[in-house]
Amino acid sequence: MGFIKKLFQTKKRREKAQKYKIGMEKTRQNVFNQLNDLLKSGQKIDEDLFEAIEEVFIMADIGVDTVLKLVNHLRETVEVKKLEDAEALKEIIVEEMFKRYVQEEIVDTNLNVEDDLNVLLFVGVNGVGKTTTIGKVAHLLMQEDKKVLMVAGDTFRAGAINQLRIWSERVGCDFFEKPQGSDPSSVMFDAIQYAKANDIDVLLCDTAGRLQNKQNLMNELQKIHRVIGREIEGAPQETLLVLDATTGQNGLSQAKIFNEVTHLSGVVLTKLDGTAKGGIALAIKETIGIPVKMIGLGEKLEDLEYFDIEEYIYGLFSDVI
Amino acid sequence: MAFDQLSDRMQMALRRVRGKARLTEKDIDEMMREVRLSLLEADVNFKVVKNFTKDIKEKAKGDKILKGLNPSQQVVKVVHEELKELLGGETSVFTLDKSKRTTIMLCGLQGSGKTTTAGKLAKYLKEKESTNPLLVALDVYRPAAVDQLITLGEQLNIPVFERGIDDKPENIAKDSLVYAEENGHDVVIFDTAGRLHIDETLMGELQRIKDTITPDEILLVLDAMTGQDAVSVAEHFHQSLSITGSIITKLDGDTRGGAALSLRKVTDVPIKFMGLGEKLDAIEVFHPERMASRILGMGDVLTLIDKVQENVDEDDMMNMMEKMMSGKFNFNDYLKQLKMIKRMGSLGSLMKMIPGAGKMMKNADLDDKKLVYIETLIGGMTKAERKNPELIKKSSSRRRRIANGSGRSVAEVNRLIQTLDQQAQAVKKMGTMDPSKLDPKNPMKGMQGLQQPQKQGKKGKGKGKGGFRF
Repeated sequence: MGFIKKLFQTKKRREKAQKYKIGMEKTRQNVFNQLNDLLKSGQKIDEDLFEAIEEVFIMADIGVDTVLKLVNHLRETVEVKKLEDAEALKEIIVEEMFKRYVQEEIVDTNLNVEDDLNVLLFVGVNGVGKTTTIGKVAHLLMQEDKKVLMVAGDTFRAGAINQLRIWSERVGCDFFEKPQGSDPSSVMFDAIQYAKANDIDVLLCDTAGRLQNKQNLMNELQKIHRVIGREIEGAPQETLLVLDATTGQNGLSQAKIFNEVTHLSGVVLTKLDGTAKGGIALAIKETIGIPVKMIGLGEKLEDLEYFDIEEYIYGLFSDVI
Repeated sequence: MAFDQLSDRMQMALRRVRGKARLTEKDIDEMMREVRLSLLEADVNFKVVKNFTKDIKEKAKGDKILKGLNPSQQVVKVVHEELKELLGGETSVFTLDKSKRTTIMLCGLQGSGKTTTAGKLAKYLKEKESTNPLLVALDVYRPAAVDQLITLGEQLNIPVFERGIDDKPENIAKDSLVYAEENGHDVVIFDTAGRLHIDETLMGELQRIKDTITPDEILLVLDAMTGQDAVSVAEHFHQSLSITGSIITKLDGDTRGGAALSLRKVTDVPIKFMGLGEKLDAIEVFHPERMASRILGMGDVLTLIDKVQENVDEDDMMNMMEKMMSGKFNFNDYLKQLKMIKRMGSLGSLMKMIPGAGKMMKNADLDDKKLVYIETLIGGMTKAERKNPELIKKSSSRRRRIANGSGRSVAEVNRLIQTLDQQAQAVKKMGTMDPSKLDPKNPMKGMQGLQQPQKQGKKGKGKGKGGFRF
């Protein structure tokens, strides 16, 4: 068990992990208890067991390819190390998941917010929680004494502008809007001028939800991205794909296409307080290389956490280990 | 449509057996492995997949198959039938008991598309069933959710009953029924707040709303992109509310939509509608048969034909054909034709219904905006020019004026003129056939012919291919 224990030596880390654990209570209960049952001491390692493990991972929405690779690795390890007892697999599974996610890089989940004017652009398909996430991120940044401006870039959906305005009132930050139906790029342009004139530190830009196969809408997004980059050098500092944890394999397609259009810097995984596991985020990191930066664990302002893969895995497996 | 990718994979799996005279057990095992992976990649719940492949395997291994003349076809048939069965068998017709008021309650997770669906459903029932619907805003939690429904109501010209966000949803629901009674609304659609299926407080609230209004229909709205969790969501909602059906949304995306299969299997209530886009008419009755055909790559011609028939006036069509054949087709007619197409929905969604077009679509750049550009161009012409395209053809200054006036390039004006010419030519060619021989029941043929030669160099391609290209 050395590996995981080492990760959680410090008290601070354990406490933070505990928060994950509570947030993801339901997540763990469903799936990983099953894994725990499977990997009982004395259980024989055979093909049925591998298949059962495969199913547990598939149920967590970790991509099919990723799961097949993971389980094949298990098979090989068992053969090489001549393992017989299933309990020994627990540690190997956790370690392998960690390695696959990190891929020997330093994964930085901090938001890239410098001293100058920063733009954080939030993109994603419909109904994933972009607006809510902006509310939470604003709250977080304001606690760091940043002057925040919310930009109502969803000029399409009925009620979207009001929804964001209500969030801005809740957190007490500045708010920028143009009438519904305005060209979203022009909203961004004007918002940036406003921000420059009003000493804003961070712009949080909402965009309309769009399915990634809608070419014209993706072109529109590309233009938004381009306009922001033209007005402020190096902006947007962060382009975050907001991803609903209940999303299945389509998450990969979302990450791939949104990344092509806007160069994503990270993923915000929302609604992780349900029974969904958001495992597709692991596949996104492995195949496209975009890390999860934050996770949403509820509807309150404070229900947003910086993502930490170690804590995530701990949250999933703390009962197992 | 949404099942395109699944169908690709299935086709791969089935290709191996196609043409084989006899299937060994090993063949079937291998095929089932592909089917399993394909369904898992499509987000079908793994338990559902397990049962599905097991059933098929049994059926495929039966004597009947192995001794048959063309076993591969029979396997395809079994898979198709099994999928269709899994999706609900027959199309569930949405019928309203017109003798009394119908109450419909929508529920689902956050972001599944309840509010938009409420609007679409109201429009659908107003137009297709000639009812007088009332929308009721019960989402008092999400900021501006009530605003959203009010705005939708305004767009649709359908009244919305709301009480802001300070009252309890069950009270609002109760009062809305009185209002509906007083104002003669025969359909009432309740938009509830999104909630996690494990949120017991909010599920309790839904139950209280249900007890207050005893709805005729309780429909679970589920995002087609949902992964394995679809089963858990469906189970929880069904357990606490005994839903009567469901609506799958966002099927216009590129998701494979396996959640639909899981949902149907778990709840054993019909999927009644599918949401196919952000426009308020992008809702259709769910067709298991067609969906199963789609999975197997047979396209969805039936839906397309329905759409064409609904939106195209046959007389109009014939008039236009005659005009084209006589060489009198002008920009006014062209504009009319464009509007007809636009009524049917986005080009992309139309294309996806044509079998085999799915693959082509992946590269094709279909942009509804181009339709708008063409409209602007035609808008920049004088009345005389619209009637007589020759005027524009002869004068480069006219072409320049039109381009400048509409903010497009001269090249685009030229292309538009070419398109008009090519259409007329194509119809003339067709015209050598007797127009009366055109099957009036299948105006598609006409449509394809009309739309085909949009660009130079596309001529001579297979019939129907390249249709709707701009």
